Amino acid sequence: MTIGLNAFLLVSGLLFAIGLLGVILRRNTLVIYMSLELMLNAVNIALVAFSRYNGTMDGNIFVFFIITVAAAEVAVGLAIIVALFRRRQSVMVDQLNALSR
Amino acid sequence: MIDILFYVFAASVLISAFVMVISPNAVNCAMAMIVSFVGTAALFVLLEAYFLAILQVLVYAGAVMVLFLFIIMLLDVDKSEKSYLKDKMTLGASIIGFGLIVVLVCSAFLGGNHLPEPSLLPVMENPTGEGVGIPFTTSTKSFGYSLFTKYMLPFQVAGFLLLAAMIGVIVVSKKNEPEQG
Repeated sequence: MTIGLNAFLLVSGLLFAIGLLGVILRRNTLVIYMSLELMLNAVNIALVAFSRYNGTMDGNIFVFFIITVAAAEVAVGLAIIVALFRRRQSVMVDQLNALSR
Repeated sequence: MIDILFYVFAASVLISAFVMVISPNAVNCAMAMIVSFVGTAALFVLLEAYFLAILQVLVYAGAVMVLFLFIIMLLDVDKSEKSYLKDKMTLGASIIGFGLIVVLVCSAFLGGNHLPEPSLLPVMENPTGEGVGIPFTTSTKSFGYSLFTKYMLPFQVAGFLLLAAMIGVIVVSKKNEPEQG
């Protein structure tokens, strides 16, 4: 494979930018949460690429831990979103303005 | 040949991620997200991290996205959120910020003055690693070796984190008392 490290880092950076766009732009809490997962995923690509081109295993182990933490985070976050929906009947962030009233 | 695979999978990852961000329907977002995760797993295969590729498909594209689809279905928030296109200020600001980051990333990794390009090192089949640096291998054995030697403490902390997350989910998703309403 003649693809270099910089190509993988470019894909990773663009994916991170797209995830950030989703977090800023969207109103639906579930989609914002998915965009956060996308940003974690972008970091995973960068770590695996660094690990492969550096010849060490540490980046791969780190990605392993990131996947573990992300799975736990998704479970807790979705439970919080469900509890929020139960209280406010909405998951749109522009209707969740209880502190400004 | 493998280079073409890289371009195909990188394009599919980026395009499906963008579709995920702009699609107004939450279910379509989740579907595009699954495509993006599977494309990421393919990039991991190209980087010869086979175990992580399988883990990515099982955990992210399997468990996490099924959980997301389940919650989307359960909450029934499928009102085709179009309101994010109405607020011109937010739209303009986020597009300008996105463009700035894209310019930054492209100038960092595309121009002539990018990082030095290391060549691909040969991959060992079996871990030989004793010592500080564990060499890159394709075998799952080196994951187990690393987890129980160099990364023992993070491994146990991750176990406690999973326990705390489980207790947290049970506490948060318990039904409230009726007087709290």
